[in-house]
Amino acid sequence: MADSVWSPASTAPAQAGAVLPARHSAAVRITHWLTAVAFLALLVTGVEILISHPRFYWGETGNVLTPPLFKIPIPASRDMVPTGYGYVLPDQNGWSRYLHFQSAWLLVLTGFVYLAWGFFSGHFRRDLLPARADLSGRALWSVVAQHLRFAPASQDDAWSYNVLQRLTYLFVIFILFPLVVWTGLAMSPAFVSAVPAAVNVLGGQQSARTIHFFVSILLTLFLFVHVIMVSLSGFGNRMRAMITGRVGTDRERV
Amino acid sequence: MSKYSRRQIITAGLVTAAGGSGLAAAAMLARRYGLIPPDGAGLCGPGETLTYAAQRLLTSHSLAREFSPSQISKKPFANEVAPPTDAFKRLQQAGFVGWRLAVDGLIAHPATFSIADIKSFPQRSHITMVQCEEGWSYIAEWIGAPLSHLLDVVGTLPQARYVVYRSIERDTWESIDMADALHPQTLITYGMNSGDLPVGFGGPLRMRLPRQLGYKSVKFLTSLTVTDNLKKFGKGLGSASPEGGYAWYAGI
Repeated sequence: MADSVWSPASTAPAQAGAVLPARHSAAVRITHWLTAVAFLALLVTGVEILISHPRFYWGETGNVLTPPLFKIPIPASRDMVPTGYGYVLPDQNGWSRYLHFQSAWLLVLTGFVYLAWGFFSGHFRRDLLPARADLSGRALWSVVAQHLRFAPASQDDAWSYNVLQRLTYLFVIFILFPLVVWTGLAMSPAFVSAVPAAVNVLGGQQSARTIHFFVSILLTLFLFVHVIMVSLSGFGNRMRAMITGRVGTDRERV
Repeated sequence: MSKYSRRQIITAGLVTAAGGSGLAAAAMLARRYGLIPPDGAGLCGPGETLTYAAQRLLTSHSLAREFSPSQISKKPFANEVAPPTDAFKRLQQAGFVGWRLAVDGLIAHPATFSIADIKSFPQRSHITMVQCEEGWSYIAEWIGAPLSHLLDVVGTLPQARYVVYRSIERDTWESIDMADALHPQTLITYGMNSGDLPVGFGGPLRMRLPRQLGYKSVKFLTSLTVTDNLKKFGKGLGSASPEGGYAWYAGI
């Protein structure tokens, strides 16, 4: 049955005994999916927690008697928040908070494993650090122009990240994720009792909450663009590469 | 099949075995040193246990941030409470002279204290933040007697591990471990911002723990029980919060 689906040409490298290396190593594949599960749980439960008080403040404190920095124009799950809506959403804070913090542990522990492995194995240097030549204005522009033309992904793109991907992944891994964990911890009264600087340098506990919200939005935007780009460049192949590690070289962008 | 080398298979096996026995050893140690919270079973038990154990190992003695008098919120928010019962109204009309805090359990001298008794204990105050799990907050000065002093007065026995405390409000009770009970900032408060503690903020007596979220700072405090085992209380999850779906340990 497999023979009728796979043309001899597509299996040629394997038949010739030239086993292709995995596109993504097992460490990347496993930590990628653990992070995906943790992030989706954090996102859903984060929204649930947010709707119990969809107002944001700057500084140390804020409550319904103080002016907000801004409000999210949605109904709330608690009746003492003045939202302008005549009804209250179902309150899901209890399990959302349990799951939010458990998922945060999964994200942080997975992140530590990934970071340690990434430095140790040379993954960051080899796969994510852009080549100096690729950072010139001209080189960057040519990749941007390629994207703006919706040019199909090349064979090379199936095996290596282009400079925009590299910069984006580095930004997400080394800026956004650390920042979202930091601002999350800065809201914990027991954590900041031991490390007060974690919240003080952010300008206060409500500032930490507000920054946490914006960083989460950036991470969610990244997720959307990431999934769209995966779809545009061949969803099946890219998913297979991240699940099994294999790349179907001749079926790129069908 | 042959795509995994023998070395890879052996390595994976060793990693799994080491991870598995590491987890088992960690769970045993956590149980032995009391690092598993009373709501540590269930689907999110691993996350709760990690949080509670990490906090106990790293932050048992750290002090909550204190603020300057100028940072006291001009508009503190008194969260909504259930309408007062007739018993509460009667006590309130008499200026709370009849209010009692009963203490029992693993102590040498079970006793009942009036507000005046508690005011005769050494007074402590701190300007700290009340943080609600919903996300809002305010800063106030809290004035009261350290819970640790009261536990000294009643002669707390060495096997004590938790303090259970209850409100005059029905089904409102919490518990904390001894690290939090003996913590210098844990106060039985009767004053706020250099006045009596208003009823809206939990007066005449409120437990106040600035290192945990607001719902652990139980209002209208009426009794304490010192215990070595939380299984005997309610559904055995440590407090009313887990019974209503919220974490027992609220220091996050």
